[in-house]
Parts: sequence; structure tokens; C-alpha cells
Amino acid sequence: MPTDMGNFETTQTLETFGFLPKMDASEIQAQVAYIIANGWSPAIEHEHPSKSFDHYWTMWKLPFFGETDMGTVLAELEACHRQFPDHHVRLTGYDSYTQSQGSCFVVYEGR
Amino acid sequence: MSSTKSYQAGVKEYRDKYWTPDYVPLDTDLLACFKVTGQPEVPREEVAAAVAAESSTGTWSTVWSELLTDLEFYKGRAYRIEDVPGDSESFYAFVAYPIDLFEEGSVVNVLTSLVGNVFGFKALKHLRLEDIRFPIAYIKTCGGPPAGIQVERDRLNKYGRPMLGATIKPKLGLSAKNYGRAVYECLRGGLDMTKDDENVNSQPFMRWRDRFEFVGEAIQKAEQETGERKGHYLNVTAATPEEMYKRAEFAKEVGSPILMHDFLTGGFTANTGLANWCRENGMLLHIHRAMHAVIDRHPKHGIHFRVLAKCLRLSGGDHLHTGTVVGKLEGDRNSTLGFVDQLRESFVPEDRSRGVFFDQDWGSLPGVFAVASGGIHVWHMPALVTIFGDDSMLQFGGGTQGHPWGNAAGAAANRVALEASVKARNEGRVIEKEARDILTEAARTSPELAIAMETWKEIKFEFETVDKLDVG
Repeated sequence: MPTDMGNFETTQTLETFGFLPKMDASEIQAQVAYIIANGWSPAIEHEHPSKSFDHYWTMWKLPFFGETDMGTVLAELEACHRQFPDHHVRLTGYDSYTQSQGSCFVVYEGR
Repeated sequence: MSSTKSYQAGVKEYRDKYWTPDYVPLDTDLLACFKVTGQPEVPREEVAAAVAAESSTGTWSTVWSELLTDLEFYKGRAYRIEDVPGDSESFYAFVAYPIDLFEEGSVVNVLTSLVGNVFGFKALKHLRLEDIRFPIAYIKTCGGPPAGIQVERDRLNKYGRPMLGATIKPKLGLSAKNYGRAVYECLRGGLDMTKDDENVNSQPFMRWRDRFEFVGEAIQKAEQETGERKGHYLNVTAATPEEMYKRAEFAKEVGSPILMHDFLTGGFTANTGLANWCRENGMLLHIHRAMHAVIDRHPKHGIHFRVLAKCLRLSGGDHLHTGTVVGKLEGDRNSTLGFVDQLRESFVPEDRSRGVFFDQDWGSLPGVFAVASGGIHVWHMPALVTIFGDDSMLQFGGGTQGHPWGNAAGAAANRVALEASVKARNEGRVIEKEARDILTEAARTSPELAIAMETWKEIKFEFETVDKLDVG
């Protein structure tokens, strides 16, 4: 019956974790902890939604090499978001062993 | 000294020349482990030596022209025999082959030697090639994966999780335009890639050029609407290499990032050529394994899949099907993990508990994504993430397109289940054990997932594995 059927609408989902509800502070913190526990370097990037398909987003400072304080990373995420409220802000965990990113997801979506 | 030998026609016992228990293999030797089941009455050493001889320099009778060369330099040597745990009939024979027996960069040549005539040898009841140790010197002559795991992640912007895919169903019979619709629905719903089924080539109901054009449009539209990178493995397996390359060129033209090939039915020559083409043209290569079970499923005869997987990594491919462990197709967990390592790691140590008979150094050869496909659905997701980890491609065909609301909703259900599993794993939860809680939680904000969980709640595939690891 069509009346019993849901209708899936396409949205901008922006890759990993794009299908989950917006994370709260403690959930974001758990993902930061995961990055640090793996020995990866946390890094923040931001970009205007109109250019979010580009491979390169603008870096917020340098990656935080050797940073083990979750609070610092969370504060930087927030600072970046405050300065660029209309930009997407994503958190990356750079894995120097695989020369890849062990983690990468959008934390704040630009308005 | 060879110059002092004289020619004596006749038949010698193989073991005189080819059984060398004191031999210490060289780092440059190619090593093989065979599971041998000889005819009764023939001594093990003689059978092992016969295998070494017939897969290298030997023939059944002495020939005069042997004396024109130094066979001590070229011969394969059976250097060790071991019992097979829990099996009194068969034994393992280890054979060392000098590297100069093989043409550089040619798994075709290696296999033609190792699994050539010898498999039909009358002194044997059964013969199975269990493992090959490729020396690093040989690996350096092979092209390997066109891109590899790390490059594919960068091109497609997929990080920190397995990728998600589906084979388009029904596997045969759709028109090109309807087929493209099925692709578009899956991709907009949250899959990273979709796949031609293995037997989709260029049939009367859907010629390849039409399929490629509609699929190309589906990929681009889905990318624009989701802001995510997408792809579809366009199967270019064809009757001739010329036709295969023609299709590959056009797949590149329509903007697909990835091609597909069947490496066993298409053959290693075609596969290696296509892998080289992909490397030169910036295309990824997905490898399907039709026909593998004919070769690898019998526990005493044929070639173990870990050998086929190693050969594929050398021949070239960015994805390879490995079975699912949990789905509808055969696959023992430890054995599967054993060859998944061979695809992805740069060094794999000997580990008999996973069926790995040799240390294997892969050097700088890029890694291959392990593909889990066949009879899997959302309930399997936490187990799949645990078993296969991030460097995998999880493919849900019926488990996406069988969703009561259609492909897009089915794709979304899988994507939510995948991301919920990854998120929970990162939080330190044991997701295989907590599968029900994690999925139930995620379904609260995803009606698509809730319906999927209801649809597939009773489906299990619990049969005994036919090809088990050898344990006492």
C-alpha cells in the first residue's frame, strides 16, 4: 500500500557519520578520544557549503601534532565554528603510518 | 661437476634428485606448500619429489639435453614434509623453486609451472596448492593494485569506515535506463558505490554502451545531490582484450571512477593488462571472483583461495571479493582473515591457525580492499565491521534493494547501521556482542532502518563450512 510506504528524500550527507543524528558534546569527545588513542593527529578544516565537494578544505591552523588533551581539540572546533558559522567544519585524524586519514567527519554544518 | 657426468638413458626415482631435506631455502626462492594425497604404496618422499620435479625442470625420463645445463641450479626441491593435522591420508610437501624459473611480473607463468601438468599426475590422488611465498625480489617485478587502499580513500573521500555498496538486481534482464534508475536510487540513498553483477557484460537486453551512459548520469546526479563521491563498477569483462579496453575507455569517458573485471573467467593475462591500463588512466579496479569455488572449495584438490588472492594482488586489483563469513556463501572465519591480511598488510607472518604457511613480505605493493558480498543484511552489520574492519567494502544486494520502500531507503538503512556500528566501535563498545542494542538505538531516528530490521530479522545462513582449516 502506497500509504504505508515511506518516502526517502535525498539530502546533503557529507560522507562519514552524515546519516547519524547530530552528535552532542560528549559524543564528539568520544570520537576525539578515539583519534588520540590511535596515535593519530587531530586536525580541523572548514569550507563554505558551496565548495564542500572540493578535496581540499581550508585548514584551521595546523594539525595538532602530539596533542593529547581532548578539551583543547573540542575548544578549537568550537572556535573555528564561531569564526565561520556559515562553513562546514570537519575533524580529521591524520594517520602518519598509512599516510591516510583514520577518521574524518563533519562536526558542524554551515548555516 | 657437470662436465664429468655421463648420459645414462632410463627412468630414475624422482627422490634421488628432487628430495633434498637438508636444503635451506634462499630468500629469493619462491616457496610453495602443497597438500598431497598420494596413491597408496608410493613413499611420501617420492611423491613430494615428483611434485617438485614435475612443477619445475623434471620429466619422467632422463634426457641427454639435461647435461647441457646445470639442473642443480634450476631444479625445484622438495625440502620438507609435514603431517596434516587430523588427516592420515594426506601430507604437506614444501617445495622451493629458484627465482630464475619464472618470468618477471607474470603470475601467469608462476601458475603455469606450479599448477600445470603436475595436478594430473597419476601418482597422485589429489593435490592442493595451499600457499605460495613470493620472494620480495619477485614482488618488486609486479605492478600490483592500480591505486590501492590509501589512494582510493583519497580519491573518493571515504575515511574512517568501511565503504558500502550493492550489486544491482535483478542481475539480468533490466533495460539500460531502468538499470541506471536502480543505481541512482542506491547512490542517493547513501551507498558509496554500486556494482554490475558478474554476468552483466553486454547482452541483447542491455548493451554495454547504453548501460555506461545511463549509469554515468546516475553517478553524477547522486554526487551533486548528496555532496558525496560515488561510483559504479562498470564490468568490462569481455570476450576479447580488444573489446575489454574499448569498454574501459568509454567507462572513463562517462566519468566513472572505477571499472570491474572477473579475474578467473577473464584470466590473469587480461587482468594484469587491465590493471596496467587502470594505473595509467587513473581508474580504480574492482575484482570479482566467479569460478573460484570450482578451484578452491575442495579441501584436498585445487588451489586454496589464499593463493588466488595473493596472485590477484600481484596481477592488480583495488578490491577483491573474499566472502562474508556470515552470509550465504562459504567462508571460515579464521581462514578468511588469513587471506584478507594477504590483501591489505605489508607483512603477514606465518600463522597456521589462519592457514598461513609462510611469512610474506609484500614490500611497497599497495593494499587491496576486502569485499564482503553475498546474502548479508543490516543485522550482520556489527559483525561485518568487527570481522573486516575499515579497509573493506560491504555489499548488500538483496539487503538494499529488497527494502519494502525501495533502494534509496534500503541504502539509507544500511548506511545508518554502518555508521552506528563504527561510531559505537570508536566509543569502545564491543559491537558484535551489543549488535541488537546498537541497531535498535540507531533505528529510533531512522524509520528506514527500523523497517529493514523487521524485514530481515529471521534470515540466517548457518551451514557447516565445507573447506575447513586443518586442525587435529
